[in-house]
Amino acid sequence: MNVVVCLKQVPGTTKVKINPETNTLIRQGIENIINPFDTYALEEGVRLKERFGGRVTAISMGPPQAEAVLREAISLGADEAILLSDKTFAGADTWATAYTLASAVNKLGQYDLIICGRQTLDGDTGQVGPELAEMLNVPLVAYVSRVEEVADGQMRVQRLVEDGHEVIGTPLPAVLSVVKEINVPRLPSLRGIAKSKSAVIPVWTVQNLGVDQSMVGLAGSFTKVIKIFFPQRICQGEIFQGELENQVECLVGKLRDAGLV
Amino acid sequence: MEYFLTEEQKTIKSLARRIAEERILPVRAELDEKEEFPWAIIKDLADADIFRVFVPEEYEGLGGGCLELCLVVEELSRICGAVATCYAVNALGCFTLIDYGTEEQKRKYLPDIASGKKLTAFAVTEPTAGSDVSAIKTTAEKVEGGYVLNGTKQFITNGGEAEIYTVIALTDKARGARGASAILVEKDTPGFSFGKKEKKMGIRASVTRELIFRNCFVPEENLIAKPGMGFLLTMKLFDHSRPGIGSQAVGIAQGALEVAVDYTRQRIQFGQPLISLPVVQDILGEMGTQIEAARALVYAAARMVDSGAKNVTEESAMAKVFASDMAMKVTTDAVQICGGIGYMRDFPLEKMMRDAKITQIYEGSNQVLRNAIAIELRKRRARTE
Repeated sequence: MNVVVCLKQVPGTTKVKINPETNTLIRQGIENIINPFDTYALEEGVRLKERFGGRVTAISMGPPQAEAVLREAISLGADEAILLSDKTFAGADTWATAYTLASAVNKLGQYDLIICGRQTLDGDTGQVGPELAEMLNVPLVAYVSRVEEVADGQMRVQRLVEDGHEVIGTPLPAVLSVVKEINVPRLPSLRGIAKSKSAVIPVWTVQNLGVDQSMVGLAGSFTKVIKIFFPQRICQGEIFQGELENQVECLVGKLRDAGLV
Repeated sequence: MEYFLTEEQKTIKSLARRIAEERILPVRAELDEKEEFPWAIIKDLADADIFRVFVPEEYEGLGGGCLELCLVVEELSRICGAVATCYAVNALGCFTLIDYGTEEQKRKYLPDIASGKKLTAFAVTEPTAGSDVSAIKTTAEKVEGGYVLNGTKQFITNGGEAEIYTVIALTDKARGARGASAILVEKDTPGFSFGKKEKKMGIRASVTRELIFRNCFVPEENLIAKPGMGFLLTMKLFDHSRPGIGSQAVGIAQGALEVAVDYTRQRIQFGQPLISLPVVQDILGEMGTQIEAARALVYAAARMVDSGAKNVTEESAMAKVFASDMAMKVTTDAVQICGGIGYMRDFPLEKMMRDAKITQIYEGSNQVLRNAIAIELRKRRARTE
């Protein structure tokens, strides 16, 4: 089973600061990590490879330093990794990102499964996986929490929905986006780290992918971030006075008035 | 302090630290409370190739030596001295095999030890033979095709959990210590069973059991080296393993220091953080200095072992004695400066203090080792006369 895992390098914190003038993240002084949701995707890919054979290829679109997450992926069991990096890829929204990833998957050729994390820590959209499936014209199962069975070019998985689980069968190839309930990612091994240090990670550019420049990066993006701001914190409290019973009565009345109960 | 570790050594140290912080820290209090053998963590260590560290490359190891082992043990001990014991004792259980085993023995056992599939243990102590190792009574009588073991070993770390045991037994009772031999015994050998599990003061997640041999037959090929070499091999083994105990002590003390610094920074008394009080600074400064001195001595001894030096008895004993006494002092002081909270079981320091104590006792009590150091000093002076 040949698995492609999509990874993104993100700032390793949820307390990032925004530059108020440019509306972009201030990345200085922040350690970059593999998007945590993607580590579950990688672990599931490696587990499937261990069960059924085949190879795991990790791909990431990002600046040259995103190579670090691909090396880490190799230390965690990926067989090979490819970095999609080109100045014209910069500023991509989810659509242009998915387009670039889809072009890379097409260039890779034969694959059985693509696994993505459910969303990223920084962008938080959860759109790239579904868009990727659409562009590749293969089925998508999102929010997968368990792989039940893989046999005869088919796969049965559980997906997390608001009030329970759905069990879904899909032909392969397919795209899965996974949730953190699916596994506990392993730690790197000493042999894996040694392998990752010497691994050669090819860089694919616009030329390598043979894509139209107008379809990638900022030029290929349909959406544009106009403004980023912190929501204003509004705290209003009311403290009820008097006997406990009166307080409860007041509270229930207020909740009723607000239509909450 | 800069110890000029190689890139590989730094990688080993940082991975061991990560495993300790991510996998051991969340469960260490529970493991201590329940006195549970940490199988899940053993698996994490195995998956991360940490058991390969001290096994030669020819047998699927990474070919590290005493220093690499010390780096792992120190990092694990910084979080939990008990888990570190469960790990480190595997080196003790197979160093004799690595150094003196035949090619067949090494091929048979070492790959499974390197992968962490099989744990090992070393068995010399008996009810009548603690510091006086030569007083062992367990016998291994020569019979057609092998040996028959009879006797009881006591306080054996990893006993019952390990698959492969290096057992010291008398193949020639008449010759006393010179009649002792090292023999490999596998867990499910008929006649080999386990006695009670000890309840300990510290390192409670590690298991300590009796090994009972009743007419237990082991084949001839399980003998390590020649008959009669058991006592010598044991002494050599401890010379090589003692820096590991030193590193355990350094790790436990380091963990205690970090907890003490964190707590004294945030605890306000007399209108200021405790760490601003000169009396507390005096103690913390001394703790930090003693730990660094012990670490330097342990690494130096480990490097000497790895250099292949012929006699390291004195240096490895010094490293173990100094570091373990230091750890007892540092953990006691850490409890002291944290006051009431330091004494509570919801706070990690009392466990560290309990765990530190064993490092002064096992693999040669500090008193016995000081004797050994003095004997070396005397011998050296005698040679120059």
